[in-house]
Amino acid sequence: MRQQPVLEVRGIRKEFPGVVALDGVDFRLFPGEVHALMGENGAGKSTLIKVLTGVYQSDGGEVVLAGERVRIAGPLQAQQAGISTVYQEVNLCPNLSVAENIFIGREPRRFGLVDWAAMRRRAAELVRELDLDVDVSAPLNSYSIAVQQLVAIVRAVDVSAKVLILDEPTSSLDRDEVRQLFAVMRRLRDQGVAILFVSHFLDQIYEICDRMTVLRNGRLEGEYLTSELNQVELVSRMIGAELAGLHQLGGGKRRERTAPTGKAFLQADRLTRRGAVEPYDLDIRPGEVIGLAGLLGSGRTEAARLLFGADQSDGGTLRIEGAVTALRSPRDAIAHGIAFCSENRKTEGLVGELTVRENIVLALQASRGWMRPLPRAAQDAYALRWIRALDIRPNNPEALVRNLSGGNQQKVLLARWLITDPKLLILDEPTRGIDVGAKAEIQKLVANLAEDGMAVLFISAELEEVLRLSHRIGVLRDHRMVAQLDNDGELTPERVMATIASGADQ
Amino acid sequence: MNAHALLTRLRGQIPLLVTAVLLVSMFSVGSVQYEGFFSGQVVLNLLIDNAFLLVVAVGMTFVVLTGGIDLSVGAVVALSTMVSAWLVEQHGWPPLLVIPLVLLMGTAGGWLMGWIIHVFEIQPFIVTLAGMFLARGLCYTISVESISITDPQYTAMAQTRIPLGSLFVSPSALIALLVVAVAFVVLHYTRLGRNVYALGGSEQSALLMGLPVQRTKTTVYAISGFCSALGGVLLTFYMLSGYGLHAVGLELDAIAAVVIGGTLLTGGSGYLLGTLLGVLVLGLIQTVISFQGTLSSWWTRIVIGALLFVFIVLQRLITARRR
Repeated sequence: MRQQPVLEVRGIRKEFPGVVALDGVDFRLFPGEVHALMGENGAGKSTLIKVLTGVYQSDGGEVVLAGERVRIAGPLQAQQAGISTVYQEVNLCPNLSVAENIFIGREPRRFGLVDWAAMRRRAAELVRELDLDVDVSAPLNSYSIAVQQLVAIVRAVDVSAKVLILDEPTSSLDRDEVRQLFAVMRRLRDQGVAILFVSHFLDQIYEICDRMTVLRNGRLEGEYLTSELNQVELVSRMIGAELAGLHQLGGGKRRERTAPTGKAFLQADRLTRRGAVEPYDLDIRPGEVIGLAGLLGSGRTEAARLLFGADQSDGGTLRIEGAVTALRSPRDAIAHGIAFCSENRKTEGLVGELTVRENIVLALQASRGWMRPLPRAAQDAYALRWIRALDIRPNNPEALVRNLSGGNQQKVLLARWLITDPKLLILDEPTRGIDVGAKAEIQKLVANLAEDGMAVLFISAELEEVLRLSHRIGVLRDHRMVAQLDNDGELTPERVMATIASGADQ
Repeated sequence: MNAHALLTRLRGQIPLLVTAVLLVSMFSVGSVQYEGFFSGQVVLNLLIDNAFLLVVAVGMTFVVLTGGIDLSVGAVVALSTMVSAWLVEQHGWPPLLVIPLVLLMGTAGGWLMGWIIHVFEIQPFIVTLAGMFLARGLCYTISVESISITDPQYTAMAQTRIPLGSLFVSPSALIALLVVAVAFVVLHYTRLGRNVYALGGSEQSALLMGLPVQRTKTTVYAISGFCSALGGVLLTFYMLSGYGLHAVGLELDAIAAVVIGGTLLTGGSGYLLGTLLGVLVLGLIQTVISFQGTLSSWWTRIVIGALLFVFIVLQRLITARRR
């Protein structure tokens, strides 16, 4: 007989206009375990977490916490009930000190006034307990995202040590930082904290989690011990019967590719922008996929932004179809047939309040000019065609984009650019934070687009992905393009990694 | 890493340091250039002449720290002078009843604006703009003329000089300094004050950390309303009249003082003592120009305008570097 679950969810249901996000989901979380919540984008993970933390109100079902039925009306009630959450984006105040971020709302007080000395002392103790080297009186924004995330965890655990929800905490951390995070998680688990962990990195799930719950399309697929379910079985449960994309994914088989040899569509010659990226050369031919590899902040995005006119270069020349061109704005770039899918799909791309259809036709409409509106029938035709081609779910063109999951939002953004039939497609982290199924689909799509003659610049932090797709890989390090490697079939992730690490091709 | 943290912390202080340096150098230049400038009384006169602005700017600091803005303060000051003069002079109410009533009115008005801003998620700019028109308009329903105050308690407040050695200050200046002191403690040593900073840092985060966002926001505008009404009361002591054209454009002076004092208009960063320095800088510009004698008083505006440009660009550079 196992012990009582600390948190139990029965038959929870949540609807949005046009979407059933959760449909009768059950879920259990035991003290002293790390539990993974798995599922593709749109499976309902984020919704379930938001219901548990009181951001959303459920439309049915019940939440039982430590044997008692509770109604979670808001984030404050969730915290008081013992459920704390650390989100992918750090939800702390960057302008306040580390100590304040841990204690705000619960500051130690003396005679009604905040006792700063006691607050700093206690914060320093908490931080030391988790083996972190942090000056608690420094402002939070003087530390990296990884440290900020750990501070958020310190706060969450100190607020209520029963249930800790970690929503995609590792997506912007490097390997050492993940190790540090896992050490903290293990320590907390051993203290009896129940941890719910959401991540798209399967290796991480298998490294840290004891059990997992799998959701699919808003329904419960099952609850498993990590030791009883291998990765391939897990993925097949996440995406259901459609195993088609899986072999391609698991096998690591690279497509046969012969680099196109035609005239370059775009040539950058010593292109540079001070403080963003040092002079670099780059040729992209129609039908060619160029990968950009490098660590976060190595200048990948900055290099790409110059090619889209999002930033102005202050040196070097850019040729498009042979002619020297100065891109003064993204409008110029679009007119030359360049499309840019940015990594911040929420802030720099989609309009959440508009429907899928409206978002898809937005760029096309803009290029036609507002005086010549696209007929409704044509809009519907475009929307339906791309919803089908990219398998956007739900397949309802009138669903509001903000109600879609991250992966599906990414597909809408892609559709918007593809509809304009660009000659060069720049993709900045198109698969960041989306699940394996959608990832495979997007990769396949990129390969197909290139075969049809589109030039693609593909930026990704995942080397495997870059290697699988690219003909050639530009490696960036400290804002400098240190090498361009031909992906001739013998290039390995290790060699790319070594190039990133050493700053030279070996 | 610690050196980096120290740098980040120092960077937040740059605007404040610049203001302090500016204040000291302006005062030094004035002292060298003009006879009789270098005296304690010149400094105290800055406080006496700008007591009402200081109080209003303190309220504005709370609002700006949350990332908001309050355009209604000048109009609320005018309405407060009007209501005071009207009730005291034309209805014979005792000042000790009128003053609390006026303060309550200002607080309630501010609270209401804060409530509207939060509940209907409307830009503070437009809500307080409406409040500004409303308060300014209400002045003229009382009278379109200036009403002078002859009540002995008011004239006593206007004429009392509290000696400080060979120098003196007015009761209004002391009240303003008391307001600064209380506001300092509230901002830095109470949960309300820390919530104000948190709200300015990130409203979304403050909400998710379980902080009382709505209460903090309405309180901040209520504080600004209270400070405006108190500023109005101090202005009646100073001018001995109520008039619908009092304090025209005061909201802009208050915002200028807050910005020159180093508070970021985006919220979350700044100090109350900076606002005090900002008010003194504005006052000192006026003093220098009056000592100079030949320049028109409109030069005050020109200098303030130029300073504001410099400080806004400075703020932008600092926040841009931070990202």
